[in-house]
Amino acid sequence: MYGNDFGSDQAADQHVPAPDEQAFAALLADEGRVEPRDDMPGAYRKSLVRQIAQHAHSEIIGMQPEGNWISRAPSLRRKAILMAKVQDEAGHGLYLYAAAETLGVDRADLVDQLHSGRQKYSSIFNYPTLTWADVGAIGWLVDGAAITNQVPLCRCSYGPYARAMVRVCKEESFHQRQGFEILHTLSHGTSEQKAMAQDAVNRYWWPSLMMFGPPDDDSPNSAQSMAWGIKRFSNDELRQRFVDMTVPQSEALGLTLPDPDLRWNEERAHYEYGAIDFTELFEVIKGNGPCNAERMAHKRRAHAEGAWVREAADAYAAKQARRTESVA
Amino acid sequence: MNDRPLFEYTLGLADDALVSAQRMGWWISRAPELEEDVAMANIGLDQVGQARSLLTYAGELEGEGRTEDDLAYLRDDREFRNVKLVERPMTDFGVAMARLLMFSTYQLHLYRALSAGSDATLSGIAAKAVKEVAYHVDHATHWVLRLGDGTDESHTRMQAALDAEWPYVDELFGSRAPSLAGRVVDPAELRDPALTDVRRVVGEATLTVPEVPTALGGGRQGLHTEHLGFLLAEMQHLHRSHPGATW
Repeated sequence: MYGNDFGSDQAADQHVPAPDEQAFAALLADEGRVEPRDDMPGAYRKSLVRQIAQHAHSEIIGMQPEGNWISRAPSLRRKAILMAKVQDEAGHGLYLYAAAETLGVDRADLVDQLHSGRQKYSSIFNYPTLTWADVGAIGWLVDGAAITNQVPLCRCSYGPYARAMVRVCKEESFHQRQGFEILHTLSHGTSEQKAMAQDAVNRYWWPSLMMFGPPDDDSPNSAQSMAWGIKRFSNDELRQRFVDMTVPQSEALGLTLPDPDLRWNEERAHYEYGAIDFTELFEVIKGNGPCNAERMAHKRRAHAEGAWVREAADAYAAKQARRTESVA
Repeated sequence: MNDRPLFEYTLGLADDALVSAQRMGWWISRAPELEEDVAMANIGLDQVGQARSLLTYAGELEGEGRTEDDLAYLRDDREFRNVKLVERPMTDFGVAMARLLMFSTYQLHLYRALSAGSDATLSGIAAKAVKEVAYHVDHATHWVLRLGDGTDESHTRMQAALDAEWPYVDELFGSRAPSLAGRVVDPAELRDPALTDVRRVVGEATLTVPEVPTALGGGRQGLHTEHLGFLLAEMQHLHRSHPGATW
């Protein structure tokens, strides 16, 4: 889920013994890094493949809602920034697929699993970008939530994933600032622009909170992920951290957040927020969100329409290899 | 400053880059490979960057205070000065690479000459752009080779793409205004060297240089295909819906 994970098949084989379970446990206890050639339990490997693939797929599907506004960006400066941002997301997908491949899987297989619906991507990208302000709201809220999830992943026990996250987080933090700046400009612009910004925040606030996954008492896989050093904080801890970071930013923007129960709790030193309607999240995960069908159709169509190009590249490479051989 | 001939010339280069970038941006999330999403975004970004510098300079040459966004968003299609090649629809990857090969090869020769020219601003913009465009040529060349000399299907499709785009190549090499003699490079002088480069790639890719009649030009005078109106309607609508707003 854009760096968070709450799938369902993790528990299935978590008791497969590692070649040297004790050494692995000791490495984790020592806060050491697991590297591709190290022994690791099958369930750890499988869980990581699923999480990293899901994260990669999210970056790729996430190109669509923002890509939706490249052709209509309201200034050339904004167009250039948005193209660079969507290009970054493609780059993140590339690093992450490469990180997954260090676990012995193949990118093409992972992409097939996305296309056939066996692997998921973050549900947030099943919401539509209806106005230009949504590009700002995605940068500020969605990338803000993603960073909250991903910064702890820079200390994830699996080395290649952790290192990929260091670079991804640097770029995401730039993305978050550009989203904030879009909204800041809109909220200090004309009354129509300010209304556009407020509307976008109203629509993206709750889905952003849902990016952290179900509440802790309803998140069966979290404990295992934390024991493995993949996950460092619980869903609710991360969600709280995001809310605490975001509320003051909304005040700086001059925009409100659509939650009448949102208030500072002096005693807890945290913001309290209203109940999240998780039935919506689970409906979107099941495929009933506003854009699930469009996002997958777009991705499958692009892949199918590019098949002749990929086949040609393979055929050309094979011909070149034969030519080099015959010269040698 | 009011330098109408140089304004029109600069606007032509700017609009070529801008309209091409608008087409290139469509590919982001639709390319045949993830690496290609990155590459096409990169090429489109380079072109937006060139367009911004050139439009800003065009605004200065015109001397009426128009900014890059005024020129990009508030002109109608009859005021655009790009060639037709870059505005045509582009939903096939072979077409995209055929067009990029022709366009970027032209730009490479053009920017090289401008970078050594007497106009200091154009020379500076061109010196930066020439490095970007050299990569675009390289990228397009590799794809034309792969597609031309790949599978039977890709060969057929790449040839069809060349045949479809070739009539529009000629317009790239239209003469500049006579009054600009000695100030900027005349694209007509670039025809032979640029087309020699393109023909070499086409031959190496086992493709045939099309023998097709040249399409009518007119883009530099604001006479476009029907496609430009839709491209601009999409590009400009948000900006125009909020007159005077800052983004």
